[in-house]
This record gives sequence, C-alpha cells and structure tokens, in this order.
Amino acid sequence: MSTKIKDATIPTIPFKARLSRWFGRNLLRIYMIFGFTYLFIPVAYTFAFSFNDSGKSNLIWKGFTLNNWQNPCGAPQICNALGNSIKIGFLATTFATILGTMIAFAIGRYQFKGRSSSNLLIFLPMATPEIVLGASLLSLFLVFKINPGFWPTVIAHVMFCISFVVVTVKARIASLDPRLEQAAMDLYANELETFRRVTLPLVAPGIAGAALLAFSLSFDDFIITNFNSGTLITFPKFVYVAAARGIPAQANVIGSSMFFLALAIVIAGQLVNRRKAR
Amino acid sequence: MSITVPKVRVPYLLLFPGFAFLFTFFILPIVNLAQTSTQTPIAGGDTGQYEQSFAFSNYIHAFLDNREQFARSFIYATLATVFALAIAYPLAYAIAFKSGKFKNILLVLVVAPFFTSFLLRTIAWKQILGEEGFLVPTLRNLHLLGQQTTITSTSVAVVAGMTYNFLPFMTLPLYASLERIDPRTIEASGDLYANGITTFRRVTVPLSMPGVVAGTLLTFIPAAGDYVNASILGSPNTKMIGNVIESRYFKIVDYPTAAALSFTLMAAILILVTLYIRKAGTEELV
Repeated sequence: MSTKIKDATIPTIPFKARLSRWFGRNLLRIYMIFGFTYLFIPVAYTFAFSFNDSGKSNLIWKGFTLNNWQNPCGAPQICNALGNSIKIGFLATTFATILGTMIAFAIGRYQFKGRSSSNLLIFLPMATPEIVLGASLLSLFLVFKINPGFWPTVIAHVMFCISFVVVTVKARIASLDPRLEQAAMDLYANELETFRRVTLPLVAPGIAGAALLAFSLSFDDFIITNFNSGTLITFPKFVYVAAARGIPAQANVIGSSMFFLALAIVIAGQLVNRRKAR
Repeated sequence: MSITVPKVRVPYLLLFPGFAFLFTFFILPIVNLAQTSTQTPIAGGDTGQYEQSFAFSNYIHAFLDNREQFARSFIYATLATVFALAIAYPLAYAIAFKSGKFKNILLVLVVAPFFTSFLLRTIAWKQILGEEGFLVPTLRNLHLLGQQTTITSTSVAVVAGMTYNFLPFMTLPLYASLERIDPRTIEASGDLYANGITTFRRVTVPLSMPGVVAGTLLTFIPAAGDYVNASILGSPNTKMIGNVIESRYFKIVDYPTAAALSFTLMAAILILVTLYIRKAGTEELV
C-alpha cells in the first residue's frame, strides 16, 4: 500500500533519462575537460620528462632526478641558444612594439588618404606563409651580400611581429571611450598632455599585451629564423637539430620554465587589471 | 571619431618608420623573390650562381615536379583547419557562455600551452604516439591497433599535429566574436519560440562568422606553408610543399625553383583567401 502512494506522489525518473539529462546539461563542461586535457598532454609530458634521469636521449623513462633542473646548462650549446633567443626576442619586441604602436595610432585614430591600403599592407605579412617570408628575406640578404646571422634574424622577427602588434593595439584603441579624451580637453589639457596623461595609460595594457605576444612569437619562431640565422643557434633551432639524435632533458627544463614564467606574467597582469578595475 | 583636429601630416609621420621597414624587409624581398624565380644557372658557373633570364618555364617545371606536394599541402591544411574548427568552436562557446567567473583563467589556459616551445610539444606528441611510447603497445595489446600499424610517420599524425599546433589561433578569434554577441539577441530568439538548436543555428553561428573567418585564415595560412609537423611527425610520403622549398634552398641551393615554388604557394593562398572572404562576406578582417 504505502509504496504505491509513494509512487503516485513522487514520479521516479528512469535512470537512463536522468543520465541523458545530466549529459545534456553538462555536455559542454565534459567537452571542455577533454579539450583542455588534449591541449595540455604534451605540456605535461614535457614537464614530466624534464625529471627523467635520461643521459643523452630523453626517449624512455629511466628514473626520477633533479639533476636537469639543477644544471639546465648541462647540455652543450643549450644556454648559448637560449641566450640568443632571449636577446633576439627582446630586441625584436622593442622595435616591433614601437613601430607597430605608431602605425596602430595612425590607423586607429586618423582618417587619411591611403588608410585602407595601409590596412592591406598590415594584413599581407600575416597572410603570407612563414616559409615565403623567410625565404624571400634570405634572398634579399644574399643579393646585398649580407650574411645571415644575428641582426638579419632580428630584422626578420621585427618584420613579422609588426602586424600582430598593430592588430592588438588597434583593437585596444578602438575600444576606448572617446569621452575620456574629450573630458581631458575640456579640462584645458592640450593635445600632448591628453595623449600622455589619458590616452597612453588607457592604451598601455594593449601595448603590454602586444609586446608579450611579439616576444612569444619571436621566441618560438623556427621557420623564419632557420632561413635567416645562418650558423647562429636559437632555442627552437637547437631543439630541431637535437630532435634527430634525441633531445636532452635540459630542453624540457627550459621549455617548462618558459611555460611557468609566461603563465606567471599573464596571471600577474590579470591581477593588476582587476585591482585597477576596482 | 578623432577628437583632435590634427595637422594632416601626423598620421603619415606615424606610419613612416614602420612602413619604411615593412617596405624594405617585406615588399622588396617579395619583389626580389619574383625576380629570382625566373633566373637560370650561369653556364659554367658554380652551384648557386644564377643569372636573370626571365625563364617563366621555371614555374611550369616547379609546379609539375611538385604537384603532389602542393596537393598534399592544401589537403592537409584544409583537414587541419576543419578539425581545429570542430574542436575549437565548442571550446570557445563554452568559455564565452558557460564558464562564469572562470572565464579569464580558462582563456589564459587556452594560450598557455603556446608558451612551451611548439617544437618541444610536437616532439612530445611524436614520443607519446611513437613506438617507444606507452600508447601504441597498449593499443596493440588490446587489438585496437594492428601489430604492424604505426601512428607516427603517417599522414594522420601530420594532420593531427597541425590541428594541435594551430588550435589557439582558431580558438582566440572564435572566442572574441562569440563573447561580443549581445545575450539579448539570443534571448529574443528564445522569446520568438526558437528552440536551442534553431537559436544556435540561426543566431549564434551567423553572429560568430567574423571569428570563424579570422580563425580559419589564421590556421589555414600557416598550415599550408608548414613543414615542421611534416618533418617531425611524417615520413617521406607525407612531404609538403614547405619541405620541398626548404630542401631546394638549403640542400640543393636551387634558389630559382625555391622562389618559384614560394611564389606559387603565396599566390595560391592569396587567391583562395580572397575567394573565401568574398564567399564568407566579411570585409572587416583586421
């Protein structure tokens, strides 16, 4: 008797239906978990194998060690390569950010004749495959009898980073509220003061983001660098060459450190932004 | 738009240094590349010495000798773009609409793998999927994979590697355009008795088209010219046009053919991109 009443008052949903409803509701969450797992598998693998007591070739797990982390320069040439990549990255980022920001202000702030062809000139390097950019620049250097090496690589990196800087900074300029600048002008600030005290601080996060993007593009670039660096070794080139014989675990240490460093910078930036927003 | 009344020259002064740089190190090299592509070897000269002779036949030879690699590059790049779109769209959608206060963190996590050198990640995939990894022997023991079948050194591995490596380029523009959608348009669609699927198909997808266009271009273009995935994860049977250009330059020192191939690749991509943008109907790209 009593069970019948219960059945009548609380209709039980069959298990299958409940399961499918749960899936329907959480499908995207489950998908997200799979997606992020997929993204992070090789990162986790690289990190795990940075602790491998591997000797020369880091293919098979042989045991846990901290030696690689204590001695990241242990593999021949690796820190030389890393140093070159960092130097090239800083120089390329500095030049590309300055040139790109100037272009972004011109296109984002002014109406002028040739504006749409300027946009095209910025778009074209992004629509050209890296191998064409690298090969064509090398041909030019060869014509002028300039040997590939450090400065040709810096020039190549500035060239392909400019467009990304322009696009990033331009997006930030477009999202500015023009009333803030009008207010500054109303308060008798002249053009230069308005730019320095209002516009520039507002655009600064966009410029910082563009610089971070430029550095990571430059630091990670292999194809264009391979064409224009000659005998100079950068970190990606080191990894590519070493791959044939087996990569030393120190490369995993450096790759993982870059990952954590970049993550820390991005999170710090987010925290600063959030505090400012309050 | 502009609130100041600037001197007419200001934008040009701002543009000048950057454009002078791009002109010298982007436009000039491309022009020079076009010139190189029609050169022929100097009779009796050393290897690597060429003279201008307007030999447009270079293009015909370059294309006919490598049409297989050209076809492969465009097929692989198209497949990688389609797979990346299929993986990235739900991901970007979930981050934009279903992640609440974790939005920023999740967005950082999409870009984060990007900071470990992409070569290291590609090589990690090679080792995970390779003969010495644990995955292939396990799958073989479970009879899910034939005893002779391998994953690396196949076209599947190359396309998978490309899909993986260009995923952030697809996800970020998609997220940017999805995030910009006014939630009221989606509510309005529901108020007009559209169900979830109809709303998604008729409202969300059309509004996210700029992101789809930008994402597919940012994936397809580098993928078509890529040779790193093919040389790490592939075999001689998966060579792409990038591999051919690279070896023409460095191993054979055949600059004219390399230049003709580069130029053909660039032209093919530009034509495809133009057609695609026309078809997708978005002019506002950058």
